[in-house]
Amino acid sequence: MAYSGKSPWVIHYDGSSCNGCDIEVLATLCPGFDGERFGVINTGNPKHADIFLVTGSVNEQNIDVVKQIYDQMVEPKVVVACGICACSGGIFHDCYNVIGGVDKAIPVDVYAPGCAVRPETLIDAIVAGVAVLDEKAEKIKAEKKGRA
Amino acid sequence: MGKSTVIPFGPQHPVLPEPLHLDLVVQDETVIDCLPQIGFVHRGLEKLVETRDYNQFIYVAERICGICAMGHSLGYAETVESLMGVEVPKRAEYLRVIWHELSRIHSHLLWLGLAADAFGFESMFMHCWRLRERILDIFEKTTGGRVILSVVRVGGVNRDIEDSELAAICQVLDGIKSEYKEIMDTLLTDMSVKNRTVGVGHISLEQANDLSMVGPFGRASGLGYDVRTFGKGAYGELSEFQPITDTQGDCYARVKVRCEEVLQSIGIIEELSAKIPAGDISVKVKGNPEDGARASNVLEQPRGECYYYAEGNGTKFLERMRMRTPTSQNLAGMVSALKGCDLADVNMIILTIDPCISCTER
Repeated sequence: MAYSGKSPWVIHYDGSSCNGCDIEVLATLCPGFDGERFGVINTGNPKHADIFLVTGSVNEQNIDVVKQIYDQMVEPKVVVACGICACSGGIFHDCYNVIGGVDKAIPVDVYAPGCAVRPETLIDAIVAGVAVLDEKAEKIKAEKKGRA
Repeated sequence: MGKSTVIPFGPQHPVLPEPLHLDLVVQDETVIDCLPQIGFVHRGLEKLVETRDYNQFIYVAERICGICAMGHSLGYAETVESLMGVEVPKRAEYLRVIWHELSRIHSHLLWLGLAADAFGFESMFMHCWRLRERILDIFEKTTGGRVILSVVRVGGVNRDIEDSELAAICQVLDGIKSEYKEIMDTLLTDMSVKNRTVGVGHISLEQANDLSMVGPFGRASGLGYDVRTFGKGAYGELSEFQPITDTQGDCYARVKVRCEEVLQSIGIIEELSAKIPAGDISVKVKGNPEDGARASNVLEQPRGECYYYAEGNGTKFLERMRMRTPTSQNLAGMVSALKGCDLADVNMIILTIDPCISCTER
């Protein structure tokens, strides 16, 4: 069975976003768009999560927090940068306290642009993330087989 | 009494969509002190006025906070207009207030959902957010955006709402009203909700005055302060406006005040859309703010009074732009409400001030 036979659980962290993308991440999982019908459930525990949804850019203060959450997640894991700030810094790219997109801190697998990111884009991004998750799971399996 | 322990809360915490870190000093199960640490969302927005001119900055101002986006663009535009002596057409003023009140409804519904989630009432969270989608649909229809609206500009608004569309909005709101009342009844009469909120995180009127609390947080303690009573813009045309207050000052009172404010906002929108005058929606703004000109402005955001200050320097860039947001006013109140509460009630108390961290840190 493919790894995506399992429902992808997501964890959300607000880097330095303006909230616009955060409420869209929540709206994606709520009635209206209902991401939960695909089994996408929001969890607060990094160890339970498969997909890491980051909104907003990184700065000196939160870069360690983003790295910590990423490190706590178990393999295979996927990072989705939600919104243009998480992708590149967006409108705030030249602010003195903005380092840049989330890829400056952790490897990003899927970029979902938009200001604020639309729930439709987010659903697409999560679906694309599941494919990456499958790929990574296959790779881990193959490595294990090779070792045995 | 056992010895005291420090428990870290956040910055990544399921109850808040935003990063806020608190060091909770607890003795057994009682919180005896609380040290908030902020700065995770600081971007340095105010400095951007040096590189964005006063027309461009409205898009930055709007992105101070995604929940109060409409309020911030409105507050900024009003400040710059008074700095430059621009008179805004009447129709634009009405439209601004209509959008602003709609965003208050969306913000309060969002908050009611999060509050319900905080005390473990997840289906109520879903119901509030389902209703909120209908408000966002109105936004999408009239402005094109769901969260960031980009309709306000210095000198007026970018888009008009046709009268037929205004009637349609009122119809939608009418439909929402009956569903909303059901939710409100459940929230305000349900036994399990009352168990979690009545008497929790009490703030007296005296404390509210001393800590100069603003918005629904202050109003729940009996502080009758609401910037809308000043009658700025289209608020002055309302036949009647009374701020909603409560005297209990606990979490339940804060839920109640916000619940009733949604109905009040629906009333304001209905009244204004019936009265809206015809005419232009914007005026052309020429020239630059004068050197040394200063203007300040207050606006009632969903979370309370927000103060804006702008200073010109004769060029198209502003010399200084400063805001003081409702949450930074209310943080002191939150800390004093947390002292002496049970550890299990911390979530609820933090949420009832409706913290908006990205506004506060900018």
